[in-house]
Order: sequence, then structure tokens, then C-alpha cells
Amino acid sequence: MSSQLALQQVSVSYGDFPAAVDVSFSLEKGQIGCLLGPSGCGKTTLLRAIAGFEQVTAGTITLNGETISRAGAQLPPERRRVGMVFQDFALFPHLSVQRNIGFGLDAMNREARAQRVREMLALVELEHYANAYPHELSGGQQQRVALARALAPNPEILLLDEPFSSLDSELREQLASEVRELLKRNGVTAILVTHDQNEAFAMADQIALMRQGQVVQLDTPYNLYHNPRSEFVAEFIGQGTIITVSVNASGALNNGLGILDVRDRPWQAGETLRLLVRPDDIEYDELSALSLPVVSKSFRGAHYLYELALPDGQKVPCLTPSHVAINPGESLPVRFNLQHVVVFDDSPSETTPIR
Amino acid sequence: MLVTACLIAVPVLVIVASLFQGFSPAWQHLLDTVLQDYVINSLLLMLGVGIGTLLLGVSAAWLTAMCEFPGRKLFNWALLLPMAMPAYIIAYTYTGMLDFSGPVQSALRAQFGWGYGDYYFPEIRSLGGAVCMLSLVLYPYVYLLVKVAFTEQSTAVLEASRSLGKGPWKTLFQVALPMARPAIVAGISLALMETLADFGTVDYFGVSVFTTGIFRTWYGLGELQTAAQLAAFLLLFVFALFTLEQYSRRRLRFHHNSAQQKPRRIELRGWRGWCAFAVAMVIVTAGFALPAAQLASWASDRIGSTDVAAFLTLVGSSFTLAAIASACCLVIALLLGYGKRLHPGQLEQQAARVSSMGYAVPGTVIAVGVLIPFAWMDNQLDTLMREHFDLSTGLLLSGTLAALVFAYVVRFLAVSLQTVESGLARIRPSIDESARSLGKRPLQVLQRIHLPMLRGSLVTALLLVFVDVLKELPTTLILRPFNFNTLAVRTYELASDERLADAALPALAIVLIGLLPVILMTRTSSAAAPTNPHNKDDHE
Repeated sequence: MSSQLALQQVSVSYGDFPAAVDVSFSLEKGQIGCLLGPSGCGKTTLLRAIAGFEQVTAGTITLNGETISRAGAQLPPERRRVGMVFQDFALFPHLSVQRNIGFGLDAMNREARAQRVREMLALVELEHYANAYPHELSGGQQQRVALARALAPNPEILLLDEPFSSLDSELREQLASEVRELLKRNGVTAILVTHDQNEAFAMADQIALMRQGQVVQLDTPYNLYHNPRSEFVAEFIGQGTIITVSVNASGALNNGLGILDVRDRPWQAGETLRLLVRPDDIEYDELSALSLPVVSKSFRGAHYLYELALPDGQKVPCLTPSHVAINPGESLPVRFNLQHVVVFDDSPSETTPIR
Repeated sequence: MLVTACLIAVPVLVIVASLFQGFSPAWQHLLDTVLQDYVINSLLLMLGVGIGTLLLGVSAAWLTAMCEFPGRKLFNWALLLPMAMPAYIIAYTYTGMLDFSGPVQSALRAQFGWGYGDYYFPEIRSLGGAVCMLSLVLYPYVYLLVKVAFTEQSTAVLEASRSLGKGPWKTLFQVALPMARPAIVAGISLALMETLADFGTVDYFGVSVFTTGIFRTWYGLGELQTAAQLAAFLLLFVFALFTLEQYSRRRLRFHHNSAQQKPRRIELRGWRGWCAFAVAMVIVTAGFALPAAQLASWASDRIGSTDVAAFLTLVGSSFTLAAIASACCLVIALLLGYGKRLHPGQLEQQAARVSSMGYAVPGTVIAVGVLIPFAWMDNQLDTLMREHFDLSTGLLLSGTLAALVFAYVVRFLAVSLQTVESGLARIRPSIDESARSLGKRPLQVLQRIHLPMLRGSLVTALLLVFVDVLKELPTTLILRPFNFNTLAVRTYELASDERLADAALPALAIVLIGLLPVILMTRTSSAAAPTNPHNKDDHE
């Protein structure tokens, strides 16, 4: 019971519709977790269940050793000591910045409250905006007020519901690492909900990737990218294409992609495998004997992202420096670099890869 | 456009100008005797109606927007029904029910064997009575605006309050109500404008306020100038309210929080639910069901002895008048609204704003403001004709339907203008631009694109003004041509003669027609209501 937050086989349903099914995970004190997934995967539902706005239909949620949710018994939101930052920030429009931040500090006396509000204003660097109203602030400032307001009562855990989605895309990643820095410095345990993997990578220590109400993989950002345990994870995280290949006894792939070099992976001659090919697995090499026809290309500033056709018609991505400009229809000389490639069994989805 | 706006502004300007034209001895007399009463009574009336509409409107809005209880869906629209009931009609009806010979006191006497003077019974024909009557029919202004404010409140904001440690009641008083404050103030200001404009109720209950004073000064003393000066004082009150309302509406913008999710209603179970049911039921019954039933009962008693032909003439003349006025309003509103869209300049903005001032100005004031310039024109014309042709034209314009229709346009143009403008606003500018780039001239765009797309708004605008004109009492009373009667005026006359039961038939007709816009309103507001319960998860 050392975890700050623990979910054990939690399910949440709306009527007959299961929004989250049998979800288990835990966070240590000071860790930042993330619920990542496409829209409708149940991540927001789960966050709201932790906050106490949704009832769990099975399982338990414990916070700092205390059970706050189980089927049929929910601690009301106001008694959970959970701070929440909402997607639209949900600042109280009729209260000034300092009264927004002080809203949850009823238990303190006037002086302690003023002191705490000053601390929080300093924390988010908004000392000069104490008397401003929410509509007078920019989006980024509003977000900082929302953060300060949620942190002011010193919650056991901070919940962030798509906290960057209403901000400009350039601001997002920068803010995400700033917020991470702030939370880490103050030892705050937090959970972030997002559909944006860059935000998740920038913020989280642990990511639970969700699909259709279930956690598909719970891992560190590094492992999620490099060791995806299913094709869904592989396709959701990063760029890449999954192709079907067959392999002969010596490990050579049928369509001339080269030799499969995966250390522990035993294979049988003639077996059909599925490979996750990331754009950086296929390298431009003007000396290579192998050239593949270009299907399409798109300019990415420093790089070109090409789509190349294999002899059997499957398409693979390839990233080249942007001075390599070849038009669709022409061929690009490439070399395959399959040391780190991820291999799945031959069935379209939901299989655990064998490494 | 400018000409229209100027014409519309004439009555109000005339009233304001009257302040600078010297005061007659009659004014001094008013000042010495009744003016103080007018001010005090008006303030007391506003205070009472303000509190009454606040309590009724906010609790009704809270229950239907934020709670779940038996019959909520029904009450959601039924609470609008009192809007169909003009204040003077509910006043006549309650007087009939509650006075000495009415059914309530008769039943009490029969039950307890009391006689005259044996018991205390509150006098309905008093300031307090007027406050009750006006609150009962004016609370829907507060109800409507506050309900919208509650439903548009972001759930997230209420949830933020919960997660910061505040329970549901604290959240109501510290977050939901303060956030709805601009809507509450705007709703009460509207209700108070109607209170100031009311003539029928206060006249019947013998409460001396500005509107009755203006009418008496003109009708009883024949002092048009002094009546205009009184009207100017009333305008001061109105202006204060108008400013308050505009200010709150501006603040509404800042308090607007995009609601991404419909708020979860608080489930009131068991006795709490039935308490909520009882509160809503009492409001609807007192404000509509009971008086409507009483009117229907009186009307069915008298239907046999009614002169059907005379009644039909009355209905016919009322409808004709209302139809002409609403058509005029519509045409002018279309002109102004479309002009503003074509040339969205400062001048057009101001023209439209000036033209929609009238809704705040009491009918009595407009009537006096119309009477003065029309009488002046008649006098000039008469003098001119007599000097040159030795011919007296007499009163050519004042006391004609033209003067009356003009007054209605001044008073109700805002209603149609607002409807037309909101209809036009829903047509995106890119639609105009694509039609123009496809080679259509502005008038063709109006005809081919806007009119078909606006049809709903146009019908609504017509209907709203039609009903308003039908209900309007003081303007009609002051400006109507000799021997010209409408349903409202006939109701007033019969009630003034204490023939309450006879007044029931025309009154009932007004109430029934008044139901039309209420039905329209419930249909448009329920169309916006449905939500998909399965779509709660993510906000994208």
C-alpha cells in the first residue's frame, strides 16, 4: 500500500455502455502518470472517476491508502483532496485571480490563506495579475491560474484533463515541459489525460495507453515507442507502417528487404511475420544497389518523408535529408537497417510480439 | 434608415423636450399633492416586484435547469405560461375571486358561519396586491434568462468547485448563482420595465404611480403638457433600468462559459422531489391555471347572453389593427436590419439602436409623445386651411388609426427588429458573398437567399408584435379613434364598471392568443435541448 494512487480492476459504465473496463495501475508519490489514447477510449472517464465525478461499477480506487471509490460507495468529490485542472480551465469568471486561487482554502484563516495565495501566485509567476479577472488573461495565463488554484489546497494528487488542448500548438510542448518541471520540483503526484503523444512524452513518467476502455500497455515513454506490445500501440505511437513479410531459413526476407536480425526471435522457414517499419529504419544510401520507386513525398523542413513501394506493392516510409529530392515515379536508392525492428506474429492485431 | 430612426425617436424627444418648455400651474399642483406619492409608490412597486420575480424566477430556473424531480419536463415549459396572462387581466380575475362576494370569501363565510366584518381578509386591491399580480406574470423574464445562464454554465466550473472542497449547496451559492448574476439582473430589469409600463393593474387597484398619473392628467385635467412632463420623469426611471440591463448584458459576455457538457442534474428523490413539484405547481397554478380556469368559467356562464355579432366585430377590429401594426413593424425591421448588414457602419448601428429604444418606454409615455406632435400638425394644418381656404379641417391625424399604428411601431419595433436581426445573424456573411460573387445584386440576394432562409424569423416577428399589440392597453386607450374598440380596451371598460364576469370573454380571447408566442418559445427552446448520454466521455 505504498502507492499514492492505486486503481484495482476499475470499471465504469454509462448504462449498458462500458466506458472503462478492468483497469489497474498505480502511481508512486511524486510520479507523473498519463492516460493516453484516441478520443472515446475512456481516458477522461477514468480521470473523472478518480476525481469522484463518475461512479465506478467495479473495482476500487485508493488514494494515499484510503479507499475513495468502490462499487456502491463513492467519497464525494469535495472530500477527496484531489486537485483538477480542466480542459477549458473552468476558472470562476466572477472572481479575480487571487480569489480563484483562494477558493479552495476555506479551512485556513485569513492570513494563512493570503500567504498561500501569494505563494501560489509566485509559483506560477503571476504576481502582477492577482486582481485581474479570468477574461483579461491570455490562454497560457489562464492555464497557470487553473494550475495554481488546483494546487493551492495541497491535494494528494493533481488531475489534468487535456490541459494543453485549448492552447496554440507551438505553446503546447514548451508548456508541457514547464509544467512537468514545476510539478517535479514540488513533488506533486499527477495524472494527465491527453490524446497527444508528444504531450504525454514531454510530461509523463508512466503512460497507460488506452483503447476501448482498456489499458493496452502500461509503460515508460521509451518502452512504448521502442517496445510496443501490440500493433495498435505500434501504430498509435510514432510514425511507421506494418508490413507482412515471409522469412526463409537463413533469415532473409522474401521481398529483398535484407536479413532479419532480431536476436532472440526464433522463426521457422517460410513463416509469415509482420514488421513495424519506422521511417528511420530505411536509410537513404546513394551507393546501394537497391532502389525503390517513390509513391509520394512530403516536405518536412529538414527532412523529406518519402513513401516507397516494395516489389510486392506494400508501402514503407523513408526519411531522408531534405536535399535528397526525387520526384514520384523515380527511384530512391536505400538501405535497410533492421536491427531494432519490431516483429509481430502474423495476425492483424492484438497480438503480443515475441522478442 | 436615418429618416426611420428619426421618426421613431420623435415621441421620446417630444417628451424630453417638454421639460424645457416651462411648467404650468397644474405642474405646481401635482408637485404639491401627488408627485411624492407617485415616486414612493413606484419605488415600492419596483422593490416588491423585484423581490417577487427574483424569488419565483430564480427558484423556478434552478429547479428546472439543475434538478431532476417529478414533472420537470412539463414544468420546463409550463412555467412560461404566465407570460400569456397580461397583468391587468390576472388582476381583474383575482379581484373577482377574492373580493367580498367572490367564491373564496363566500366559501369561508359558509364554512365558518362568519358575517361581514367578522374576519380579516387581505385587501387585494392594494400596493401589495399589485406586487403579487405583477410578480406572478413577470417572473418568466427572470426564469428564462436565468435558466439559459444555468444551462450554459460549464459543468467543469461547478465540478472545479466540488473538487476544491465545496459541497453542492456551497457550490450553488458561491459559484452557480454569482455566475448567473448578470442574467438575474437583466431579467429583473426587464420585469421592472414592464412594471413601470403597467397601467391596467395599478389603475384598477387604485395605486397612484406615474402611468395612472399621466393618464389622469391628460384625461381628467386635459393638461397634455403636464402629462408629458410627468412622462419625462417616468422616463428617468426607465432610463436607469435600461442602463442597468444593457450593463448586465455586456457583463453576460464575460460570464459566458462554453458548456461542453450538459450539467448533471441533482436528483431530488422522495419528499424533496415532491417539494420541488409542489413549488413549481403552485407557481404555475397561481400565475396561469387558476385565473385561466376562472376566466373560462365566467366566460362560459356569459356566453349565452353575449352579443355574438358585437364580439366578432371587436375581435375583427383588434385583429386588423394588430395585423397592420405587425406588418409595418416587420417591413421597417427588415429595412433596418438589412441596411445594417449591407453597410455595417456606425450610422446604421446607431439607427438600429435608436429604433429599438421603444421597448423600454411605457405605452403611456409613447401615447402622449405621439399625441403632442400629431395635435400640433393638425392645428397647423387647420390654421393654414382656414387662412387660405376658409375651411376647417379639424383633427385630421390625431385620433386616427394612423396615430395609433405609429405609436405601436415605436413601441414594438424592437421586438421585430431583434427577431429579424437574430435571423439575419444566423445567415453567415460568406453566404451573401458567394451569392454576390455568383452575380446577384443585393436586392436579388435578399429575395433569393435571405427571405427564404428568414421565413421562420419573419413569421415569429409578425406573431410577437401581433400579440403584443393585442395585449397593449394604455397606448390604445389614449390614442384610439372615437368609438373604436379593441379586446383590451373592452376588457378594461367592463372591468372598470365592475362587470368582471362580462369582461371574461374578451380577456380569455387575449390570453388564448397570448399563448401562441409561449408555444412558439417552448418549441424553439426544446429543439435545442436533446443530448446524447453516450457521448460524455471525451470532449473532442
